[in-house]
Amino acid sequence: MTLDPLVLSRLQFAWVVAWHILLPALTVGLASYIALLEGIWFVTGKEIWFRISGFWTRIFAVAFGMGVVSGVVMPFQFGTNWSRFSDATANIISPMLAYEGLTAFTLEAGFLGVLLFGRNLVPRWAHFASAVLVAAGTLFSTFWILVTNSWMQTPGGYKIIDGIFYPTSWSEIIFSASFPYRFLHTVTGFYVTTGFVVLGVAAILLRRSKSQEEAKLMLSMTLWLLTALVPLQILFGDMHGLNTLHHQPAKLAAIEAHWEHEARAPLALFAIPDQKAEKNHFVIEVPLLGSLILTHDVNGVVPGLKDFPPEDRAPAIIPFFAFRIMVGAGLVMLALVLVGLWLRTRRKLYDTGWYLRALQWGISLGFIAVLAGWTTTEVGRQPWTVYGVMRTAHSVTPSLTGFDVLLSLTGYMVVYLIMFPTGLWFLTRIVRGGVLPEEDTPVEAGRPAAPVKPVPERSP
Amino acid sequence: MIIFDFVPMWTLILGLAVFFYVLLDGFDLGVGILYNFAKTTNDRNLLMNSIAPIWDGNETWLVLGGIGLLAAFPLAFAIILPAVYFPILVMLLALIFRGVAFEFRFRDVEHVTFWDRAFGIGSAIATFAQGIVLGAFIQGFDVEGRHFVGGSFDCITPFSLFTGVALLFGYGLLGAGWLILKTEGPLQEQARRHARICFLGTFAAVGIVSLWTPLVDSGIAQRWFSWPNIAFLAPVPLLTALFGFLEWQAIANPKSELRPFVYAVLLFCLSYFGIAVSLFPMIVPHHYSLWQAASSPDTQIFLGVGTLFLLPVILVYTGWSYWVFRGKVRADTGYH
Repeated sequence: MTLDPLVLSRLQFAWVVAWHILLPALTVGLASYIALLEGIWFVTGKEIWFRISGFWTRIFAVAFGMGVVSGVVMPFQFGTNWSRFSDATANIISPMLAYEGLTAFTLEAGFLGVLLFGRNLVPRWAHFASAVLVAAGTLFSTFWILVTNSWMQTPGGYKIIDGIFYPTSWSEIIFSASFPYRFLHTVTGFYVTTGFVVLGVAAILLRRSKSQEEAKLMLSMTLWLLTALVPLQILFGDMHGLNTLHHQPAKLAAIEAHWEHEARAPLALFAIPDQKAEKNHFVIEVPLLGSLILTHDVNGVVPGLKDFPPEDRAPAIIPFFAFRIMVGAGLVMLALVLVGLWLRTRRKLYDTGWYLRALQWGISLGFIAVLAGWTTTEVGRQPWTVYGVMRTAHSVTPSLTGFDVLLSLTGYMVVYLIMFPTGLWFLTRIVRGGVLPEEDTPVEAGRPAAPVKPVPERSP
Repeated sequence: MIIFDFVPMWTLILGLAVFFYVLLDGFDLGVGILYNFAKTTNDRNLLMNSIAPIWDGNETWLVLGGIGLLAAFPLAFAIILPAVYFPILVMLLALIFRGVAFEFRFRDVEHVTFWDRAFGIGSAIATFAQGIVLGAFIQGFDVEGRHFVGGSFDCITPFSLFTGVALLFGYGLLGAGWLILKTEGPLQEQARRHARICFLGTFAAVGIVSLWTPLVDSGIAQRWFSWPNIAFLAPVPLLTALFGFLEWQAIANPKSELRPFVYAVLLFCLSYFGIAVSLFPMIVPHHYSLWQAASSPDTQIFLGVGTLFLLPVILVYTGWSYWVFRGKVRADTGYH
């Protein structure tokens, strides 16, 4: 087997972005959660809210740092491995990426220092305001990144001269057809992910008999939030699906492993799609449900992969299963929320051992759903980088050899497999330490303390 | 229809962003390089604390510089980055190790030595890789049409290896200057010794590069030594010699705490200006000028509006954060 720089470059991009996306999945939600906690503290003046926000701020700091270092890698990928894509699309996507950097730099980095080190240094309102601005910064970042991604999925507002994209309408570029749905679905997904992290951490604290009062408050409040967010997310997901049917029918056909163009289509619950034979093996399907879910009409027409030439089809097996993993994780989350509501009515929410253990396992659910959803949308877009206009095969850097990319991919794998587990280990240590009685940073002589704690001198 | 030429403005913005990066991450990478020679845990704490509050802000300029190149001169971005594939890879991986070391070092007391090494060696490797990028950039690349067509290892040449080593000394000098400013007592004396070694290395390297480039590149020789350029440009080497002399004196003078850093910065300014003079107006040496590689005017205007508004905000904030953490650094402040 020869090493293909295109395949390896795709694997490398998938590797670095998959690890990276886990961190915004947590920090975008946590930033808003911390702002909410600080807001309640500001209004009610009850110190318990401030302690909880301090606890989550420490976790946020570590996750944010890892997000920054793994994020620095991303823009360079465009140049090193996808130079033809960069050359062709820079006129359109580069301002989006640059605005992401500029707004993130201004808001997140700027006010993060106050949020982390200014707890006793600045007035209450200023600390609350910093929390809101950091949260706004994370949302702006998400906005610009998803603008870029959505334009690649459903491009608009451009013209092409000699193989180079030129902007014709910035509003059509920024608010491309899939953007509003992608933004709602992603941000809500990040919020839900964070919600289940908070539930799981509260469960850990309750099971370890640590910080009981704070843990109960976290669990109760977040369960209410998720009661609204999880059904809302299912609604947004459905809207995003209708949008995909309309603008990316080939992707939708791949997600459903649906080969024929037909009305009254069934929904495949399980299948092994066979790209060469143009059919599925081992199918378990429900009649009519496909048309009903995808078009909201039992007589609705669902596109099939055979509508498109073979070279324009995504490899159905990946989006098919990724989508089902995402939906499955979503349904488990919905079940956990419903069970929680039922336990709450019976006043057994905080001391039902099996439920707390389930919540602890539930920490991973949101991340699984985010990764699976991202895989669905990105692999489903194939074989295009700019949907229907620019092929992935024409986007890769021409000078790279398979060996080059194998070497770099190995480098990223080794380093990420050291960094991310270590980071996770630190985060679990913070969680196990619980909420500290005095969640604040001591201040000396009116100046923030140095953020790095001295390490004790080792005896020789 | 082009109403106004935005390329000079973007050249200036990008030039400033890259220079800020070199200067700011330069001194904190330099502190990281010198970290390898720190003798006690207490010294290491001081070194790390001297840059802990500001390093991540410094590194953000790398992202702004990279995306700025993509936004303003995408053709250069698409040619240069593949040409320096491995130095960029090594730099990014080293920066990851070094960046997480700030967080992991003090939370992971049991494994202090591993993350200490990750920090020190990571800083040195990242610097060396950046030096290779610089050398490869000055030498130029094999280009056909809009693509780099050379091999991914072509950028490793005697010249680029030399600029790699040169940058180790250069960042080391900036780092030592920063430490002279931020520390006192025996640690400051040690920083002065390091500054002296790094200065000699930097000064020699600047001299050798200044002779090497005109010898291998007749265009650069022409630029510097033809009349009347030689008269206009003579102040560059003369000022370099003058600041070199002043830097040497300042390092030796125990009363000079700020000047070693300031003269090191000025030496960097002159070297940067010298490279710019040699290459202008090319952004892909020998192949594409700034104007040929520029993005569409619509792109430049759309991004320019926001940049001109946000860049001053960022500069003010950066200045403010340096002001907050001014003064000598102490090892015993921190979480109690």
